[in-house]
Amino acid sequence: MSTATAYGEYETEWRRPTVFYNHTVKRLTYAGLIAFILWNVWSARVSPERLVYGFGQASALFGGMFPPDFGVSIGASGIETDRRFWRIYDGMLETLAMSIVATAVGVLLSIPIAVMAAENIAPRPVYYVGRAIVSFTRAMHELIVGIVLVVGFGFGALAGVIALVFATPGFFAKLLAEDLEDIDAESVDAIRATGATPLQVLVFGVLPQVLPRLVGLTVYRWDINLRASTILGVVGAGGIGAALTTSFDTYEYDFSMAILLTIIAFVLLGEAISAYTRRRVQ
Amino acid sequence: MGTVDADQSTSEATDRPGSATTERPKTWERYDGRTRLLRFLGLLGALVLVALSYQALNVRYDYVATAPENIRNLLGRMYPPDIAYSGAIVEPMIHTVNIAVVGTIFAILLALPVAYMGAENVTPNRGTYALGKFLIVATRSVHSIIYALIFVIIFGAGVLAGILAITFRSIGFIAKLLSEEIEEIDETAIEAVSATGANRLDVVIYGVVPQVKAAFVGISVYRWDINVREATVIGLVGAGGIGVELNNRISAFDWQAVLTILLAILVVVLVSEGLSAYARRKIR
Amino acid sequence: MLTTKDLRKVYSTGDEALKDVSTRIEGNEIVAMIGPSGAGKSTFIRCINRLVEPTDGEVWLNDKNIVDLSEKELREARRDMGMVFQEFNLVERLTVMENVLSGRLGELSTWRAFRRKFPPEDVQMAYATLDRVGLAGHENDRADELSGGQRQRVGIARAVLQRPKILLADEPTSSLDPETSRAVMDLLTEIAREEGIPVLINIHEVPLALEYTGRIVGLSQGKLVFDGTPAELTEPVMDRIYRAGEQAEASAPDERTSDEREPSAVAEPH
Repeated sequence: MSTATAYGEYETEWRRPTVFYNHTVKRLTYAGLIAFILWNVWSARVSPERLVYGFGQASALFGGMFPPDFGVSIGASGIETDRRFWRIYDGMLETLAMSIVATAVGVLLSIPIAVMAAENIAPRPVYYVGRAIVSFTRAMHELIVGIVLVVGFGFGALAGVIALVFATPGFFAKLLAEDLEDIDAESVDAIRATGATPLQVLVFGVLPQVLPRLVGLTVYRWDINLRASTILGVVGAGGIGAALTTSFDTYEYDFSMAILLTIIAFVLLGEAISAYTRRRVQ
Repeated sequence: MGTVDADQSTSEATDRPGSATTERPKTWERYDGRTRLLRFLGLLGALVLVALSYQALNVRYDYVATAPENIRNLLGRMYPPDIAYSGAIVEPMIHTVNIAVVGTIFAILLALPVAYMGAENVTPNRGTYALGKFLIVATRSVHSIIYALIFVIIFGAGVLAGILAITFRSIGFIAKLLSEEIEEIDETAIEAVSATGANRLDVVIYGVVPQVKAAFVGISVYRWDINVREATVIGLVGAGGIGVELNNRISAFDWQAVLTILLAILVVVLVSEGLSAYARRKIR
Repeated sequence: MLTTKDLRKVYSTGDEALKDVSTRIEGNEIVAMIGPSGAGKSTFIRCINRLVEPTDGEVWLNDKNIVDLSEKELREARRDMGMVFQEFNLVERLTVMENVLSGRLGELSTWRAFRRKFPPEDVQMAYATLDRVGLAGHENDRADELSGGQRQRVGIARAVLQRPKILLADEPTSSLDPETSRAVMDLLTEIAREEGIPVLINIHEVPLALEYTGRIVGLSQGKLVFDGTPAELTEPVMDRIYRAGEQAEASAPDERTSDEREPSAVAEPH
């Protein structure tokens, strides 16, 4: 046992300091948060009948989904493909093409916007405009933009591509601007101190720090655009989405399942490519 | 006598054991020949890909020609927004926020065990690890809209389908980021807390939670922010919220009402983004 | 008080880190364990509280064989062994006070630990101990805001809070500058004396070992090759401990005779 030391004069209570202004504020905030959440849950309450109804529907749905029908079968003359297969094929091809074109154009547009939105590079008023563009394009979901553009450009991939191009700066320019703001000012200053021209400073000082990230971000955005392209068709803006909704509407659940599996496969592939490239580049 | 040149130093170097005699290269290039070729091919390949894709899209140029006029037309019909209509938006908007909040909460609760299972350093065994990873990948790969389509078929149109769609999609997102955070914790702290004789749960509370708490809150708030945006559109396929109203107004060609809705969405999303950014800043 | 018998550790890579190490530490000894990197010092000290599982052998703390204990019993036993780490091993995001009080986690219910509701005696002891290690007033600082020396003091305070029967220190000064190292060694040895408990210190810097401890144990390639007082730690002995791994070196000619390079039989403990 340890020899007893006189602790008498020391405090007996201790409270963990809080990030909030004080403990009362903390309690109020937590209480408010919980009240807010409870209100939301109450507001969205669901009747038990709904749930029961749902289970019946679910079994019908999942029963119809298996086995999935890709439109491929082994026939007399080898592998035969029917209409369904080609619908998937065309749809995914269009989806893929949309994602690539949208990313290319979107990234090119985002770069100047990113420069505008970088606090350390752009002058104040330009900075605010840049940030406003980023916020605005980020706030509107691609589907909404897609719907509006379908009215202007008609059904089809064009509306979808433009919708994605519109949405890209909100993500790409935002992250790129943050990277530009984070660049090591000292190494840039060092380059500048050697008497380099602004362009040389850009190429030797800024670019090397930003380039790998640029490539990584592009692939990352492509992955996101690929996912978005798969569902733009739901509002008629091109891609496999249209085939998906149609199949649901016509109760062709086995076809729906095939489309779903294809979409998932492509999304996973895109993710793998994105992760691999980003690892290699950075 | 006075000058030392490269040849002299290399000849002296041969006397010392173990040192190589190399000539200094005359030029410096950032990448060697092979890497440069690869980079060039990579860039070329990307350009070809883009060109081919553009081809594949079969862009209808007549549409492109009429588009600016159509857009101008549309914008003209949208403006000014229908103020009187804004009263009708309130309830669907509240539903939208409900969907986002409840969906995120459910997702957080369900994501905790999934993240725990999917984190290599805390998962109980290989089986749970595989299960965790599978759940993460499976739920992440499906867009909320697709979940919404499915749940509308199952539970009928309405808010329930929307909540479930948001929940399922978010589980994978949150669990993935959270499990990555857990995998990166400082093991030495865990070691020390174990060495005091604390039990497993204490080690988690004192060792793991403090290290991931900040990131966890950040991830959850981030996902809530994204979910607000997603909740605005799942109504387009019937899963409740403002999207339903939007769909109706568009079908009715009521463009001024549409603009009102779009503006309302913009405001709500910006507010949630502001709250989210604020909260994430405070949490450090 | 602490006895190890034929302690053996073989890692899954086949590396035999400890070879039949037997030693004994009594009531209030201050013991330093020295040896080159990779000799097994860290493995040895971690086998005592089973942060590393021994492959073979026994570790007796008073009347309990640590190696045989169940998980629950091990947790109880660990409460009696306070450990100080080379990298301090604090929970960086928690405050100093929480880190210090984590020494009491073994005695506290999980719910109270979650609520951070520690018994008043523990809080008092924490304040007193922080004062004693020279960190009064830093209770609310986050651990990662402190310097290395301060962090190690928190680590020491945490160990003291356990009211342990023995202190184990794994290279507590290796990450610190010389002046801070001396302050930490001062603290460790003073506390051990005041509390009347033994302390085992793994240490790299032999001069510190000579100055602060009354008994030195030398580990080389997993074997105990020396056990004696600082006075007995002569140059040939040092060679035995530190040079045993090196065979004939081609470059600088060695003035010592060849038989002094071989590790000799384990010296009998006094």
